[in-house]
Amino acid sequence: MALFHIAEPGESAAPHQHKLAVGIDLGTTNSLVATVRSGMAVVLNDEQGRPLLPSIVRYLPDGQVEVGYGAQSWQARDPKNTVVSVKRFMGRGRKDIAHVESLPYDFVDEPGMVRVKTCAGVKSPVEVSAEILKVAKARAEAHLGGELVGAVITVPAYFDDAQRQATKDAARLAGINVLRLLNEPTAAAIAYGLDNAAEGIYAVYDLGGGTFDISILKLSKGVFEVLATGGDSALGGDDFDQRIFCWVLEQAKLPPLSHEDARLIMTRAREAKEFLTSHAEAPITVKLSSGPTIDLTLDVATFAEITRNLVTKTLQAVRKALRDAGLRPEEVKGVVMVGGSTRVPQVQRAVAEFFGQEPLNNLDPDKVVALGAATQANLLVGNKTGGDDWLLLDVIPLSLGLETMGGLVEKVIPRNSTIPAARAQDFTTFKDGQTAMAIHVVQGERELVSDCRSLARFELRGIPPMVAGAARIRVTFQVDADGLLAVSAREQTTGVESSITVKPSYGLSDDEIAAMLKDSMSHAKDDAQRRALKEAQVEAQRLIEATQAALKEDAHLLSAEEIARIEASIAKLQTLMLGDNRRHINLAMDDLGYETQEFAHRRMDQSVKRALAGRKVDDLNTAEEGSQS
Amino acid sequence: MAVTLTEKAAQHVSNFLQKRGKGVGLRLGVRTSGCSGMAYKLEFVDEVDGEDEVYESHGIKVFVDARSLPYIDGTELDYTREGLNEGFKFNNPNIKDQCGCGESFNV
Repeated sequence: MALFHIAEPGESAAPHQHKLAVGIDLGTTNSLVATVRSGMAVVLNDEQGRPLLPSIVRYLPDGQVEVGYGAQSWQARDPKNTVVSVKRFMGRGRKDIAHVESLPYDFVDEPGMVRVKTCAGVKSPVEVSAEILKVAKARAEAHLGGELVGAVITVPAYFDDAQRQATKDAARLAGINVLRLLNEPTAAAIAYGLDNAAEGIYAVYDLGGGTFDISILKLSKGVFEVLATGGDSALGGDDFDQRIFCWVLEQAKLPPLSHEDARLIMTRAREAKEFLTSHAEAPITVKLSSGPTIDLTLDVATFAEITRNLVTKTLQAVRKALRDAGLRPEEVKGVVMVGGSTRVPQVQRAVAEFFGQEPLNNLDPDKVVALGAATQANLLVGNKTGGDDWLLLDVIPLSLGLETMGGLVEKVIPRNSTIPAARAQDFTTFKDGQTAMAIHVVQGERELVSDCRSLARFELRGIPPMVAGAARIRVTFQVDADGLLAVSAREQTTGVESSITVKPSYGLSDDEIAAMLKDSMSHAKDDAQRRALKEAQVEAQRLIEATQAALKEDAHLLSAEEIARIEASIAKLQTLMLGDNRRHINLAMDDLGYETQEFAHRRMDQSVKRALAGRKVDDLNTAEEGSQS
Repeated sequence: MAVTLTEKAAQHVSNFLQKRGKGVGLRLGVRTSGCSGMAYKLEFVDEVDGEDEVYESHGIKVFVDARSLPYIDGTELDYTREGLNEGFKFNNPNIKDQCGCGESFNV
């Protein structure tokens, strides 16, 4: 018997049309899965009722894989095969990883991404993350009683293209259809419903177990733009535990401790920290294996005192992020607290004081990112329509670019750029006296125009005649919050302008995007070769035209024999450039270059002579001084 | 006859309404579709339609439109948990048969 959930008025799904979608917070330390039920975002617990899924994967020699709490218990005993914090390795090379020497893994450095050698073979971070996502998917399907239509997965705002792509690949490996990657701070803001609120600047303060992130977001027309990010990748709740640990050692004047006792005190320290979020004092009682019993009481004031500089450090990062965004604390309209460590009272107080307002903290800070992702997922699969039919379109799905000579694509805005976005690039004329330029706007990841999607064409006319390469044409691509692309071209010296508006995000369906991405991956090598060939052909054409123009003008500088040799060289290049052997084209170009070297010298001498003819040395000197002043 | 909620179901509905921040009650209904002829509707109610039958069950107002009533009269809506999955369940005495998943039924 099916179980039902309450729908919005008039929106009951047809039978078997229920679209199951979840939000997944794929965290460094812990991951969470959430979904929307009867209009409410809820986190899905495991069979034991635990919401968190520790992001820990253990590989066993027989090829079995353990994920979560099961793997966590092996962290100390089997460190080489138990991968923790794999998120730090996503899309990273060995040299990108901080403190790589202190990590227990056997790294294998491979191009692109580092890999970890385990007893079950060499694993890439993508595969490790996929194991976590598989468990998340299984949990979601057990809860929802059906197959997932898709998921929104969150990534840090500062993740670059490689890291985002790695996350997507991991999801695909886990059999999850990624509806969208969503920035973690944006997800937190959505969980608080800020996307429905008025426009403004929001700060997301995310203090997790081992990392601190601050993001400054700007909301306009339902789109979040990340203005600035900052933080400290080695500052988190664990440091607060460490401070209490040190305080205990100091108070109890303990001799050096056994490993076991140290871990025991550390655990008590963490418990005390958690106790202090709702109590004024926390008792710390530890019976050490070495004999003595510690019996201390830590009060809130002391706790605040010993952790003061940790809090100050986070605020320094906040200040810097605000400065990067060119904003003052009072311009921030709301502050969202994310991460379990933001429960610490002095953190709450310091943030409230800094921004001059109470931060938003009524949602569970551990769950807020997953809840926001679930809300977004629910919306993207179309379970909620009408009323708030906004779509958070915050990245460009495929690169936008222009056609250049030879049918090549010059990318102007790369894929996954956050929108709104504006980029400009300068182009120039290819031929002497060229007065118009055709601008062909394309979308796609491939190197050749014929393999990308054509979006629009327009012409810039009225460029004053100049030698090839002298005109400066600035082409500006602008994608606004609605995903609309406007392209304008402007010749810089004369100000002649032309423009067009296109809708890139409606031009391609998700399937087409997926197919194109797949294409670009499988054809990357092919494309590079074809691009190189095209480039050689274009260069050959340019060289021939330049030489012919020079011959026309200055043939008198050459003997008949020399002219014949140059013309033979041109003819050879003309034949070869029609073929597809890049090496031959290049050799013929070298040959022509060699044959015309002497010709070039003579032309140079001639023009210098002409320029100097009839002028006195003194004139030259004054001219030089004039140009220097 | 009437359409009722179990106490547990009423508790959940009340919770959802409160979290949602608006809505006057719950609508139960049927429409023709699905593999076995009819499908249930379960929705929040924001605006009251004078034509509806209104029942009150454990403090929750339950709205049923006149056309749906014959098919679901006597239904008790329960909230249950099946494994990890949880949600509302229609205990409808009028059903003759239903499709395997129970999302669609016949009277």
